Amino acid sequence: MQSQLPLYPPEASNFAPHVDSLMVFITTISFLFASAITVAIVYFFFKFHRQQPNAVGVPIYGDMRLEYAWIIVPLILALGMFSWGAVVYVDYRHNPPDTLDIYLIGKQWMWKVQQPNGLKEINELHVPVGRNVRLTLASEDVIHDFFVPAFRVKMDVVPGHYNTMWFRPTKPGRYHFFCSQYCGTNHAIMGGWVTVMEPTDYAAWLSGSSGAEANPVAAGEKLFVERACVTCHVANGTGRAPSLNGVYGAQVLLADGTTVAADDAYIRESILEPNAKIVAGYQPLMPTFQGQLTEEQILALIAYIKSLESQPVPEKGAGIAPSARK
Amino acid sequence: MPRDHYLNASYGIRSWLLTTDHKRIALLYLISVTFFFFIGGIFATMIRIHLLTPAGALVTPETYNKLFTMHGVAMIFFFLIPSIPAVLGNFLIPPMIGAKDLAFPKINLLSWYIYIIGGCFVLYSFSTGGLDTGWTFYTPLSSIYSNSAVTPAVLGIFINGFSSILTGLNFIVTIHTMRAPGMTWFRLPLFAWAHYATSLVMILGTPVVAITLLLAGLERMFHLGFFNPAMGGDPILFQHLFWFYSHPAVYIMILPSMGVVSEIIPTFARKPIFGYHFIAASSIAIAVIGFLVWAHHMFVTGESTYAALAFSFLSYLVAIPSAVKVFNWTASLYKGSISWDAPMLYALGFIGLFTIGGLTGLFLACLGLDIHIHDTYFVIAHFHYIMVGGAVMGYVGGLHYWWPKITGKLYPEALSRFAAIVLFIGFNLTFFPQFILGYLGMPRRYHSYPPEFQVLNVLSTAGASVLALGYLLPMAYLTWSMRYGKVAGPNPWPATGLEWKTDSPPPTENFHVTPVVDWEPYDYRNRPDLGLVAGASLTPAHGDD
Repeated sequence: MQSQLPLYPPEASNFAPHVDSLMVFITTISFLFASAITVAIVYFFFKFHRQQPNAVGVPIYGDMRLEYAWIIVPLILALGMFSWGAVVYVDYRHNPPDTLDIYLIGKQWMWKVQQPNGLKEINELHVPVGRNVRLTLASEDVIHDFFVPAFRVKMDVVPGHYNTMWFRPTKPGRYHFFCSQYCGTNHAIMGGWVTVMEPTDYAAWLSGSSGAEANPVAAGEKLFVERACVTCHVANGTGRAPSLNGVYGAQVLLADGTTVAADDAYIRESILEPNAKIVAGYQPLMPTFQGQLTEEQILALIAYIKSLESQPVPEKGAGIAPSARK
Repeated sequence: MPRDHYLNASYGIRSWLLTTDHKRIALLYLISVTFFFFIGGIFATMIRIHLLTPAGALVTPETYNKLFTMHGVAMIFFFLIPSIPAVLGNFLIPPMIGAKDLAFPKINLLSWYIYIIGGCFVLYSFSTGGLDTGWTFYTPLSSIYSNSAVTPAVLGIFINGFSSILTGLNFIVTIHTMRAPGMTWFRLPLFAWAHYATSLVMILGTPVVAITLLLAGLERMFHLGFFNPAMGGDPILFQHLFWFYSHPAVYIMILPSMGVVSEIIPTFARKPIFGYHFIAASSIAIAVIGFLVWAHHMFVTGESTYAALAFSFLSYLVAIPSAVKVFNWTASLYKGSISWDAPMLYALGFIGLFTIGGLTGLFLACLGLDIHIHDTYFVIAHFHYIMVGGAVMGYVGGLHYWWPKITGKLYPEALSRFAAIVLFIGFNLTFFPQFILGYLGMPRRYHSYPPEFQVLNVLSTAGASVLALGYLLPMAYLTWSMRYGKVAGPNPWPATGLEWKTDSPPPTENFHVTPVVDWEPYDYRNRPDLGLVAGASLTPAHGDD
């Protein structure tokens, strides 16, 4: 690893050993195939080199057994690669419960990171070792991609849409992250460092540098009033729109009889395209906020709605939920 | 040299620009695709020089982004896609099947003009501000955010698409309707089979990319919301549509090259190809399955896990027919009478590089591995092994193989073998280090990079200078040979194909007498006309030593 020319980046997440094992597995099989072909070609090339200018080769038209063999054997090996790769991928795409949730916004050409307590970072990401970290990715403009080679994971950051990715850092240290989806002029310098810290150091770092002014829940609450969300989304459920208390993470029954999990992507969609999914028992009255909120403001609103999760239903007429915890 | 042939049938610029002779049109294409190869090559050279230092040695970030974009557009749409079909396919398919011309000679000329008009739009884009979207034109970068000359470029590629569609149409109709007496489907040269498969992809795929780029252009010009999320569009929809063509387009580039190799190997091993039916069928299988793998470019866009599983599985399936070809070519060498002429060196070089390119495709098709190597230099190395190591190696090998037929002249033998070896070594030096760079995590399209990646970048650039020599040498001696080369005669190798039964260069109507085919493809046994030693035909030439 420390040599002048390493062949692989440091292994610093739960996925890294799996991806590296896959790499070794497929490289080994490929190397055996490529060597077999090369040895055969080189051997035939010299062994059957034309000795008399007029000579012709022995006519051999084919052999069914060989054809079947070199269809079936590669097929089996390919299915092995597919299956192993699928297992790792499904694990990666399936967020585990109880994650540390961090939000990332990509914009030409920087990364804005928002820690769970609202602490903001630019082109830096601090995470604790040994904890499952889930990143929710949003873009303000074009498609970006968040890539940490030492973790062996990446995910596109697509405007108009939330992607999530997760990993569990396994080794403290500082590791490069890159934008790996071409995004315009300064694509190559749209990167930074992930700092993996011991949990206690992370907690100290988080509280030490936390600023109340950055609290997204407070910012979201302010927006909730300013943008008049509060006039319809009355907390006790008597408004023209459903109450948002306890909505986050719950199953919502829709007008068409289906249910949907109220996650970040659902809430985002409901703000930007309110008519996409109508809650059962309500009219499609809400105007769209498409183009009127920045990605950060949307995240703040989500953070606020999330904070209402376990609030008790306030007294009738209270209107706004009590100010957020945390 | 024959007294009358297609080159001296008439003279003057009009006789070329208004010709309907498929052979002359092939030469028009040869000149124009070489021009675009040269332009794309200059961009590539500047890219490699720039990457010598971590901060970037040559140009500004804006310029660097334009260089790799224009390199990709010039090479893919205006060199690789037309190269073998429009040059070698155009020239050879009629004589290979015993026809006087393609089915629609005027449409053939039209397709060249369309190519030139499309090319002019793209050159206009390059010279008035350039293009910085990447050749993939991902939205909303291309449709909203880029400040470069995107509109003329997408129009140029849109127009150029019709050239490809018309060429494909011409080939399909020609192969169906114009085969000489006795030229059954399973007597067709594998080159014709490969072009048939390629033509299917051209006809079915090109309209999709044409309309996709047009939509991106319209969104840019008139601020419509097809892909722009701020207007309710979906940027990922663009990627689906784009790759629906642009993945099969890889097969447009590689299938004809596989056809070339399937011709060269039996000729220079002087024996029938091993597993003719399997090689022919695998071309069709690649064309068909190739349409079903496009979303493997999108495993980390957030596409559904189920879609990813299906596309990964299908991507592994499409690898099998390619593997079948490689095995059959290798087996064809067994007990051959193998010559070490330049076309054979190119063909064997193709097999080596294509094998590496194909095998590294298995890495990228692997879902768990792709989340690490997607959009890194690993991908760059992989597709250059396929498109340059594969497609271009086959193209240059094919030019060497049919050059005596096209020009009637031979090129210097020793020099051509040397050039083939230089190309092979230069290619590997350039692109092999990029696999390691990619696994280390260097993303593609970076005008600057962290210093730990420098050693491998310097190696790659050093290799590129060897590679450049490998391209310049053939350009020089092939041009030289047109005037000073030795006269080739009708069948210098000798080869068994019908195109070798006529003069070199062929007459305008290809054959003085319509040929009748009564032999199987690549059959050296029952061909006394080839002048090979009959007694040697059944025993290995090398004896037992």
